[in-house]
Amino acid sequence: MLKINDLRASIEGKEILNGINLEVKAGEIHAIMGPNGSGKSTLASVLAGREEYEVTGGYVDYQGKSLLEMAAEERAAEGIFLAFQYPVEIPGVTTINFLKTAVNEIRKYKGENPLDAAQFLKLVRQKAALVSMNDSLLKRSLNEGFSGGEKKRNEIFQMAVLEPRLAILDETDSGLDIDALRIVAEGVNALRSAERATIVVTHYQRLLDYIVPDYVHVLYKGRIVKSGPKELALELEEKGYDWIKAEVEAQHA
Amino acid sequence: MSTETIDLKTKLVADFYSREATLNGEAQSTFHQLKRAALLHFEETGFPSPRNEEWKYSNVRELVGKSYQFSGEHAVTAELINSLEIPNLAGNILYFINGRYEASLSTIVSPPEQLSILPLTEAAKQQPELVTKYFGQLARYQADPFTALNTAFAHDGVFIQVPAGKVVEQPIILRFISDARTQNVGSNPHNIVAIGRGAQVKLAESFRTLGEAYSLTNIVTEIHVAEDAYVEYYKVQNETEQAYHVGTTQVQVLDRANFYAATVSLNGAFIRNNLNIEINGEHCEVYMYGLYLPDGKQHIDNHTVADHMKPNSNSNELYKGVLRERATGVFNGKIYVRPDAQKTNAFQSCKNVVLSTEATMNTKPQLEIFADDVKCSHGTTTGQLDEEALFYMRSRGISKPEALTLLMAAFCEDVVSQIKIDAIREYLTGVITDKLAAK
Ligand SMILES: Nc1ncnc2c1ncn2[C@@H]1O[C@H](COP(=O)(O)OP(=O)(O)OP(=O)(O)O)[C@@H](O)[C@H]1O
Ligand SMILES: [Mg+2]
Repeated sequence: MLKINDLRASIEGKEILNGINLEVKAGEIHAIMGPNGSGKSTLASVLAGREEYEVTGGYVDYQGKSLLEMAAEERAAEGIFLAFQYPVEIPGVTTINFLKTAVNEIRKYKGENPLDAAQFLKLVRQKAALVSMNDSLLKRSLNEGFSGGEKKRNEIFQMAVLEPRLAILDETDSGLDIDALRIVAEGVNALRSAERATIVVTHYQRLLDYIVPDYVHVLYKGRIVKSGPKELALELEEKGYDWIKAEVEAQHA
Repeated sequence: MSTETIDLKTKLVADFYSREATLNGEAQSTFHQLKRAALLHFEETGFPSPRNEEWKYSNVRELVGKSYQFSGEHAVTAELINSLEIPNLAGNILYFINGRYEASLSTIVSPPEQLSILPLTEAAKQQPELVTKYFGQLARYQADPFTALNTAFAHDGVFIQVPAGKVVEQPIILRFISDARTQNVGSNPHNIVAIGRGAQVKLAESFRTLGEAYSLTNIVTEIHVAEDAYVEYYKVQNETEQAYHVGTTQVQVLDRANFYAATVSLNGAFIRNNLNIEINGEHCEVYMYGLYLPDGKQHIDNHTVADHMKPNSNSNELYKGVLRERATGVFNGKIYVRPDAQKTNAFQSCKNVVLSTEATMNTKPQLEIFADDVKCSHGTTTGQLDEEALFYMRSRGISKPEALTLLMAAFCEDVVSQIKIDAIREYLTGVITDKLAAK
């Protein structure tokens, strides 16, 4: 589904991704871990099509197409979804109106008829229930004045409505209480299928208790320096990153 | 000074005297004597240059460099008017064609005990004492050269009275149409609105130009708001790329009155709006909202004054602008708090989004506070588009133009939602969406 080959990206002349290689197949869940500032969010943003980052090398194949040549909105229409580490507040645009526009723009892209108000409302009700999203939040300006947890839940709610093929969750678990964490995990697991895949960026094992990954990768200084089975996450939680950093330094020495 | 500048001024001055010669006895009236004084003042000052601090960022050279037909003649029919309607607009609709009030095209639905409307010149003849009590008393000709010019030529326009205690249920909508289909046209309409104690009124002015020739509208509206009255005042400008507009709305509110203004400037070559509110009473509530969306080479300048003369009143102001292409915008907001005006609350905010590197916005908040027990604040922001928000929306599948339109519409909504005449608000929402989506 997704094949990242030697991906390099920089911002303001500063190299942040230094040759990422990663393959994600349909049906898989990949966890990406790594110390602060290692480039996890940058990778997620580049995959979602953020133009501020300059891609300086490599290519990304997504379902047989060259991902890097697509505009952000095209990627979304092709099934990529990024749950933001820091969801943006948009005053004056209600969550519901925003999402309706998104759903219908994607439908237009696929040559489908737009959902009418009743159809859309039904969809929203169903998905809101799935992630226990409060009705009143939907009518408010997008994320404006939402608590940290409410913002994260809104991301998962949007994901549930848009039903992406490839979901990238950037620290969606941070700042969530246990109940919210379980709801987020349920939202992700509800989408789990042989045609879909998920990349979960996290610092904590606790999310991975609910969303069990097939692979765990460690990103460090803009590269994936270690990959392993789900047990790697446990090991990282126990030992921290120092031993990995030491391994990397040793290789370069 | 260019020769053309002299031409327009010279022509106007000559027009004045030749008209005066036809007046006979009326020339002695107080009404006319004030006009004459205004003319002499205009003769002396001429049009403002950028050296005039109040006109620093709004150069009138282009406007002054044209000639206009000021006679008021036109070929606008009722049929044409009907094709221009803002959909679903109902109420008292007053048409002014090339500045002149056209009673035959207008519709007055409110009963005469609620609302009296007379052409200004007519009113000056019928009730000279009453008219001179108001005429030029708020909008003083010494204050601004365009006001002087308007005062000298204040033949057209209307005198609107709402007696004390009356609630005028239907809005009063003044529609100014410049018929520039065959020639350049100019007008100097002057309106006086006298709203009695405790009366309630919704008032709107809308401006439109037909045709491709140049038009100059130099309008003055004086609004006297007596104690306990409640007034909404809307100004909507959607004109052509050849339309010049200079307008002064001079308001006085007395004790416990509420005055609520919203100015929306959509299109025009050059727009200068002065909205000056004398808060000459206690416990008044004054709101000023504004929205301007210049693109191309359009220039839109809003000057506002909230003059707190008495204690315990509040003023609130929010102006917002979206500037694109090579557009220029000006916002100058003055707040005066006079020594007597203790316990004043005065807030002002001006927010702008500049979407092109060639567009410019000049903002100048000006607070002059002579009382110590007051709460005043002001803030202006001029920024680019929120890229984070744009990316967020695009990452959900919303195309860039659609995302931009949504973001800008949301930005404008704070002001548009303040317009309480449904037909006008809906009309504006449509025009704004189209304009923002167009480029
Ligand atoms: N827009 C930007 N401008 C300048 N530097 C940036 C920008 N975005 C990211 N960086 C830098 O790139 C590096 C990687 O940032 P990134 O946000 O990808 O890290 P991360 O792995 O997601 O960290 P965290 O775990 O703290 O979320 C950091 O050093 C960061 O300061
Ligand atoms: Mg991050």
